[in-house]
Amino acid sequence: MSILIGPETRLVVQGITGREGEFHSRAMAAYGTSIVAGVTPGKGGQRALDGTVPVYDTVADAVAATGANTSCIFVPASGAPDAVMEAASAGIATIFCITEGIPALDMVPAVELVRSVGSRLIGPNCPGATSPGSAKVGIIPGSIHREGRVGVVSRSGTLTYEAVQAMSDAGLGQSTCVGIGGDPVIGTTFLDILQLFAADPETDAIILIGEIGGAAEEEAAAWAAEHLRGTPMAAFIAGRTAPEGKRMGHAGAIISGGRGTAESKVSALEAAGIRVAASPTELPALLRDAGYKG
Amino acid sequence: MKIQEADAKTLLVAQGLPVPDWEVARTPDEARIAADRFFAAGSRQVVIKAQVLVGGRGKAGGVKLAGSPEQAELVASDILGMDIKGITVRKVLVGPAADIVKEFYLSAVLDRAARRILLMGSAEGGVEIEQVAAERPEAIVTVHAHPTLGLLDFQARRMAFAMGLGGHLRAAVAIAKGLVATMRAYDADLVEINPLAIVTETDGDGTTRERLVCLDAKITLDDSALVRHPGLEELRDPDEEDPADREAREAGLTFIKLDGTIGCMVNGAGLAMTTMDLVKRAGGEPANFLDIGGGARADKVAAAMRIILADPKVNAILVNIFGGITRGDEVARGLIEARAQQERDVPMVVRIVGTNAEEAGRLLAEARFDTASSLDDAAAKAVAASRAARSIATAGKAGTAGSPA
Repeated sequence: MSILIGPETRLVVQGITGREGEFHSRAMAAYGTSIVAGVTPGKGGQRALDGTVPVYDTVADAVAATGANTSCIFVPASGAPDAVMEAASAGIATIFCITEGIPALDMVPAVELVRSVGSRLIGPNCPGATSPGSAKVGIIPGSIHREGRVGVVSRSGTLTYEAVQAMSDAGLGQSTCVGIGGDPVIGTTFLDILQLFAADPETDAIILIGEIGGAAEEEAAAWAAEHLRGTPMAAFIAGRTAPEGKRMGHAGAIISGGRGTAESKVSALEAAGIRVAASPTELPALLRDAGYKG
Repeated sequence: MKIQEADAKTLLVAQGLPVPDWEVARTPDEARIAADRFFAAGSRQVVIKAQVLVGGRGKAGGVKLAGSPEQAELVASDILGMDIKGITVRKVLVGPAADIVKEFYLSAVLDRAARRILLMGSAEGGVEIEQVAAERPEAIVTVHAHPTLGLLDFQARRMAFAMGLGGHLRAAVAIAKGLVATMRAYDADLVEINPLAIVTETDGDGTTRERLVCLDAKITLDDSALVRHPGLEELRDPDEEDPADREAREAGLTFIKLDGTIGCMVNGAGLAMTTMDLVKRAGGEPANFLDIGGGARADKVAAAMRIILADPKVNAILVNIFGGITRGDEVARGLIEARAQQERDVPMVVRIVGTNAEEAGRLLAEARFDTASSLDDAAAKAVAASRAARSIATAGKAGTAGSPA
């Protein structure tokens, strides 16, 4: 097992005929992910990825014909919240929204609808997830991974690649790596992923990669202090040098009114017994110091 | 994007909220004419407020009263051109001075943890709400708007009663709902009324009445939504936007200028912040945050280089690319092209890993770029290059000063 995705994943790609959608679908298929369908309104009946994947007009059609249970969304920002709601309404259990630049208030009703039907949304503005050896959904380069038992959760994209590469180089393989997204309103939080990792028999240790803005790292640390004392963990927080009041690229990465600082996150994690690395390259050593033998 | 008080008030009025009359003046003369109109309408005093996008205008002397049109002209000439936290005042708002009975606080903000709009109110208005929240959290009343229906009447009534606005219930409910409507109409991150105030208004015939009005207004707009509000993009204040910020925005780059000497060019926001942090950790000071985004091509890299080099304090550059969507060889070509065109040569340390990193490495080696393999190593090399550049500059100056005339 792993979390969110694995051998049981039957993926539908929303926006499969677009430039990004097609490029990353090829990479996902090459990694071994089972892509069962694509959706592009108006292109139903066509076939994508050199004729290997059927394209449908709607997600409901794709689910009915293929039993898709997971979706990956590459739809532009103006249509992405609707694509999320379409997937949830069609009964997709796990929805990854890669799209960047969605107006934050558009996600408020979308997240509510996803919650009300019992689906799970990861993102938006996220790189997706990889369960090394079985499936990859999103845009994380497959080559950086190594199979193993460390769960990785992050708000970032390329910073996650950096950390995962450092782990793999040090011989620490991963059970699942998840990017939860850098936007203010996201479907799945650090806390949600920690709970999934805690319940996963194939995850023995956890890496958390946070950044300035919001209080999700503090919330996750408080839960870990109570429930994950026996699990080796290490963390990294980006933005120690970020000035107040400036949005650091991610819409959600902003310190305002003295809240959301790196200091606050580092001290919350350390209070929970989780050591925080000064550089992503130190994560493997910290995890071993925390008792991980893998 | 932050907008000026006067623009924020325009948006509130468009949503039907009660805002006392005002005018914007760019010269002392315009301020006198505006004041003249308010005095003619029965005002005994006018208020002149600097229009700048920084807090603490009042403390900095940017908000003043005037008792006659002539005094308004004098006050405006004091405030116009004033420097408030590094920003020159180019506009003032002129309005009738309010006769305040009691001040309140009311705001709508996106609550990330709850994923809903949060309305916050307090009977303690006119002061810093952060201070009230820290010292007396029980003095703040909160309610979450419904994710699809918005703020419901009963929620607004509960809020109004809890804030002690029962005597102005109808107006308070309309204003509370109006704040949420304003947020949704313009995709705002924040709509803040501080103070919301009960004021005494005197009509031309001398009769007085009390009214609940929005005396000040602060609105922050969601940058991701500006594309569908073309009218709001025009509210961006060119006087307050740095030329480098504008060039970066137009090139599709995320750039934030800092005070250091090491220019940074990175793909991805989290990695860009981390690169800055590691420069600092290695003993240097980052000159900027710069995210070239995913899939950046040679032209974007060249634009990024121009923007970094436009900062005269930059004496070394660190390029850190982890290729995923972004192809390392594209970035390398962009760097080679940019260096051929740039007018100022500063030492550059380049680290490119991930997609097409091998081809990138070959191109950079051919062009004799200084490269690094690990992130920590790249930061250390950039800091060393910056130090060497500074000592050369210092030695150069010392040599000139010491040389015989």
